[in-house]
Amino acid sequence: MTLTEDRAKSSQVRRLSAPDPVSRTRGSQRFLLVGLSLASVYSLFPVWWLIVAATKDRTGLYQSNGLWFSGWHLWDNLRQLFTYEDGIFLRWTANSFLYAGVGSLGGTLLALATGYGLARFDFPGRNVVFAAVVGSFLIPIALLTLPLYLLFSDIGLVDTPWAMLIPCLINPFSVYLAKVYTEATIPFELLEAARIDGAGELRIFFSIVLRMMTTGGATVFLLAFVNTWNAFFLPLTVLRGEENWTLNLGLYNWSGKRLESGVDLTSLVLTGALLSIVPMAIMMVAMRRYWRSGVTMGALK
Amino acid sequence: MIRSLRWKGAAFTVPFQLGFVFLYLLPIGYAVYQSLFRVQQSGLGLGGSTEEFAGLDNYQQGLTDSAFMGSVLRVVLFACVQIPVMLLISLVLALLLDAVTSRVASRFRILLLVPYMIPGVVAAIVWLNLYSPDVGPLTPLGKIFGFDWNFFAPSMVWPSIGNLLTWHGIGYNMVIIYSALQGVPRELFEAARLDGASERRIALSVKIPFVRGALVLTGMLSIIQMLQIFNEPALFRNVTPQTVSDSFTPIMIIYNQAFNAGNYHYAAALSVLLALILGVASFLFYRFTSKEAD
Repeated sequence: MTLTEDRAKSSQVRRLSAPDPVSRTRGSQRFLLVGLSLASVYSLFPVWWLIVAATKDRTGLYQSNGLWFSGWHLWDNLRQLFTYEDGIFLRWTANSFLYAGVGSLGGTLLALATGYGLARFDFPGRNVVFAAVVGSFLIPIALLTLPLYLLFSDIGLVDTPWAMLIPCLINPFSVYLAKVYTEATIPFELLEAARIDGAGELRIFFSIVLRMMTTGGATVFLLAFVNTWNAFFLPLTVLRGEENWTLNLGLYNWSGKRLESGVDLTSLVLTGALLSIVPMAIMMVAMRRYWRSGVTMGALK
Repeated sequence: MIRSLRWKGAAFTVPFQLGFVFLYLLPIGYAVYQSLFRVQQSGLGLGGSTEEFAGLDNYQQGLTDSAFMGSVLRVVLFACVQIPVMLLISLVLALLLDAVTSRVASRFRILLLVPYMIPGVVAAIVWLNLYSPDVGPLTPLGKIFGFDWNFFAPSMVWPSIGNLLTWHGIGYNMVIIYSALQGVPRELFEAARLDGASERRIALSVKIPFVRGALVLTGMLSIIQMLQIFNEPALFRNVTPQTVSDSFTPIMIIYNQAFNAGNYHYAAALSVLLALILGVASFLFYRFTSKEAD
């Protein structure tokens, strides 16, 4: 059985002790594969349906079988999507990239500095800061967002990109992850050696710590990017004018148009929805190694 | 540690601390403060309005507000069904992954994680259209088997949302449970096998107790998310406002009080209440699930 071979290769102990388990027959392997395949079909068919739907024109969308192609209209749909209301969709895409990219970059840098400070220095109040970071995971988003909206509107930030960018800079979960990563990758001895060599603390952080934390930093950035890209309640609350909206907000608005004014934008919404997944998919695949460790590490430590 | 070094270390955290004060502590303080006031209309409402101190009146109103408490109850009841179902499926999938070769497991893991990569709003849009009687394939599919499904009917709307959440969440929860399983020393399974335990028995008596921590954690995260559910019902409301009212979930009520009714003070009190409910729920869940462990 490939299964036992595989396992046996990876451990000496097993090779010595494993008699072929009786229950691991070909039949039970098949049962496992059938179970996993069914779950995969459940996971994938909505995405498949979305891809197919984006290639159809209106008639095809309403009249043909949803799970198979009928006519190829993807380019028409894309042209419509990008020209509708003077190309507002492109604007939303650019906004989403701006908020998620710049916001997460700044947030990651701040989080790495904070995580490093918390993990490798023993200053008074350190535990209080860390407790605040962890405690803030429990604060409901409404409790933060509504008063933030009032504060931002007092200083004139509502409806500007700053209203999205500033909250991204402070991300307690990123700080938590950065602390965990620092503890795993930056040895005290290394810092002491650098100090003995006469390096200043800032120099140590920028040229040693940040460089050693590339993997951790990439994970923190990726998760923050995904979070901001997916954000809905914050942009809904602090962004009023269309020109500052994110993709999510735009798609939400379009999907409500049919009821509100009788304009059916289903075809645009679906093509737009498909496009808004593309950057996520590219990032996730390109950084698969990082985010998998990030997801599990953040959750289990 | 040398005194000056301590302060240099603290300096690394100062920008974050300042931001945290401005973006977390100040808003929470402001919300609590706001929740203690109310707007008093003078005269017939034409003479402008003034804010006056209301004490805990807003809280009292919130606790007796049947729409708000009803929405909390609705979400809690829903969580009691959806979260166990989702975690059970995730657990079973993690156990299946753990039982196949690592090559096969890594392929399936990526496939099962695809929904997790999709933004929540987009996931809701996709399922709204799958459910739709006009464009979705599920209605004609049901007809073939003799079902006349209406996914937006009042009795179906929670199952419809529940399916969406389950679809979106199983990959993530599965990965966490699976990596906890990978951390179990393999010798333990071999020992159990030598003692004559069946694979099913090993899964039930050895593997599941080991991933208890991961289950508690994923359960806790799901509860926190569920009490704050907003995106999915908001999008469903776009399609079927008769079924998904604007007071369907606690956050929807808070949002409407703040932005449609212009009642910030009451909205602030409700968000503080929701935070307290969230804290109590997490605490109870944690106590309840970790008690049996020791």
